[in-house]
Amino acid sequence: MEYLNDSKLASLTQEERAEALGMTSEHLTGRSMTIEFDPDEKTRFVYPWSPDVDFNKRTQINADNLNATEVNHRIRELMEEGYGSIVISNPRGKHALGVGVLSRLNLIFEGSLGYFAAGLIDGPNVRINGRVGWSCGENMMSGTIIIEKNAGSTFGAAIRGGDLICKGSVGSRTGIDMKGGTIIVGGNTGALSGFMMQRGRMIVCGNAGKNLGDSMYDGTIYIGGAIHSLGVDAVEAPLTEPDASWLRRKLHMYGLLPSAGVSHFTKVVAGKQLWNYDNLEPSEKKLIL
Amino acid sequence: MCGIAGLIHRGKVSGVGAEMTAMLMALKHRGPDSTGYAIYGEPQAQDYIMRLKVAEREDLHRGSRIFSIMQERIRLVEEIFSDHAVVVRSRDRVTEYALRYVLSLDGDTGHLARMIEEIEGVEILSLGNGLELIKDLGDAEEVSADYKLGEFSGTHAIGHTRMATESDVDIRSAHPYWAFPYNDVSVVHNGQITNYWIMRREMERKGHRFVSNCDSELLAVYTADNLSSGETLEESLAKSIHEIDGVFTYLVATRDELGMAKDIMAAKPLVLYEGDDLIALASEEVAIRAILPQEIDTYDPYDEEVRVWST
Repeated sequence: MEYLNDSKLASLTQEERAEALGMTSEHLTGRSMTIEFDPDEKTRFVYPWSPDVDFNKRTQINADNLNATEVNHRIRELMEEGYGSIVISNPRGKHALGVGVLSRLNLIFEGSLGYFAAGLIDGPNVRINGRVGWSCGENMMSGTIIIEKNAGSTFGAAIRGGDLICKGSVGSRTGIDMKGGTIIVGGNTGALSGFMMQRGRMIVCGNAGKNLGDSMYDGTIYIGGAIHSLGVDAVEAPLTEPDASWLRRKLHMYGLLPSAGVSHFTKVVAGKQLWNYDNLEPSEKKLIL
Repeated sequence: MCGIAGLIHRGKVSGVGAEMTAMLMALKHRGPDSTGYAIYGEPQAQDYIMRLKVAEREDLHRGSRIFSIMQERIRLVEEIFSDHAVVVRSRDRVTEYALRYVLSLDGDTGHLARMIEEIEGVEILSLGNGLELIKDLGDAEEVSADYKLGEFSGTHAIGHTRMATESDVDIRSAHPYWAFPYNDVSVVHNGQITNYWIMRREMERKGHRFVSNCDSELLAVYTADNLSSGETLEESLAKSIHEIDGVFTYLVATRDELGMAKDIMAAKPLVLYEGDDLIALASEEVAIRAILPQEIDTYDPYDEEVRVWST
C-alpha cells in the first residue's frame, strides 16, 4: 500500500483527506448502522460557546501545587484568553485532569495522570507523555488522546467517537460499553476487553486476556497477538481487504504499524446470538430492558 | 473502596514510616475512616516486638472507669509475661490504649499470644521479630503523629486507608491484620470477599481465631493457615485466587518478603512500580508519585497475577 505522507496529505482536498484517513464513514457490522461524516458541516464540530483559540499560542501550567479543579479551571481560563496549545507539567498522577474540554485544543501533559484522564472530551487533541490510570478518555465524543506509556483498566469506557491511543499496554475491561470511535493499544490488553461493546472499533497489537468481547452487541475488535479466550457471543470473522487497509492506515497514522503488516490480525465480532429483543413481546421486552 | 499501599527496599533500610505516611495521605480520599501500617524494621536477633491494645478508642468516652480497667488489663498481661518467664526489655505506652513491648522469651510465641488474648478487651495487633503493626482511627498524618511513625526506618511496609463497608469503624476492624499466631505476617486488602462465612467456618473448624467481622481478616487467617502448613507465600497467594471468592486485591508482607494477588476479574485497582532497589505498589498512581516524583514507568498488574519480592 502507498502510505500517506504529510506532503501528499497537504495536496489533497479536505474531502479527499478525510476519506484517505478513513473518516468519511464508519461501516459497522450491525444491521444498517452507518455514520456519515461531512467535512463541510462545521457547526457539527464546534459548540457555539467554544472559545476561539489559536494553536500557535502556547503556554504552560505547572500542576505541582494545584489540585485537579484548579488545573481544569486554569485550562478554561487560558482557552478564553485564546491559547490553543497548553502544556501541563508535573501532573504527578492526579485524577480527572483535562476533563470536559468541549472545543478544539492541543493539550499536552508532561508526565503521568491518575483516574479519568481527559474524560468527557469533545474535540481536543490530548497527548500524555506518561502513564494514565483507570477510565482514561471515558465517554469521549471526539478528538484524539495519545498516551506514550501504559494505561489502567476500563480504558476508553463508553466512548462514542474519536481516537484513543495507548502505545503501551492497558489493563482490564478496555473499551467496555464503547459506542463508537477507535481504541488502539500498542501492547497487551487484560480480561473482558470489549465487554458489552456496542459500536466502534478496537485494535490491540499485542495479546488479549480472558473473555474478549464478552456480550458484545456490535462493533469490531482486531487483535494482533494471542487471544486467551473469547467471551460469550464473540466470534472470529475473516479479515477482509477493507479491514486490512483500514488497519494499516490507522496504525500508520500513530506510528504503530507492525513491520510484519496486519495480515496476522484476528478479527472478532458479535455472534448476534444474544440479539433476541426484537422477537420478544412488548411486555417481555419491558421486563428485560 | 479502601486504599492499599506497599513498598519494599532491596538491600537497604530506609525511612519507611515517613514514606508510607506520604503514600497513605495521597490515598486518603479512598478511605477516611481508619489508617493502618505494618512496618518491618531490621529483624531483632532474639527479641520479639509485641503491639497490643487494651481498649477501643471509643471506650475512652464511656466513663472514667475505663482507665482503671485498662490498667487492670495491662497488669494481667504482665502477669502472664512473668508466669511464662518472658523478659520485658522495654515497655512503651504509645497511646492510652496501645502498648509496645520488646520481649525476650524461649518457647512458643503462639501459646503466649493465646494466653494474652484470653484477657477480655485485650487484642494483640502484632507479634514478631521485625513487624510493627499500628492502626487507629483518623488519617495517616494523625496516626503517624500519634504513634511517632516518622522516626521508623525499615526495609518494607504495607499500609491501608479504610472506607468501612461491611463492619464497624473501630481499631478491631481496621487493617492491616496480623496473621495470628504466625509471626511477622500481615495483610492489607481492598475488595469484598463473598464466600467469607463459608471460609471463616472452615478456618474456625481448624482452630483459628477471628477478632472481627471484617472480611479482610479472613485473608490473614487463610495466609497463616497456608504458611503454617509449609506453603510458600507465592503458593498461598496463587491458591487464594481460586479459593477465595469475590473481588479483591491484597498485599501480604512477611519478615523479608512482600507479595500481591489480584482476583480473576482484576476488579480492584493496583499500580506497580518496579525499580532496581525499590518496588512500590498502591491503589492509585498518585500514592507512588508521593514518594517518587520523578518520571517513572508503572503498570497495572493483570487478573490472577501474583508477585512476590524479597528484601
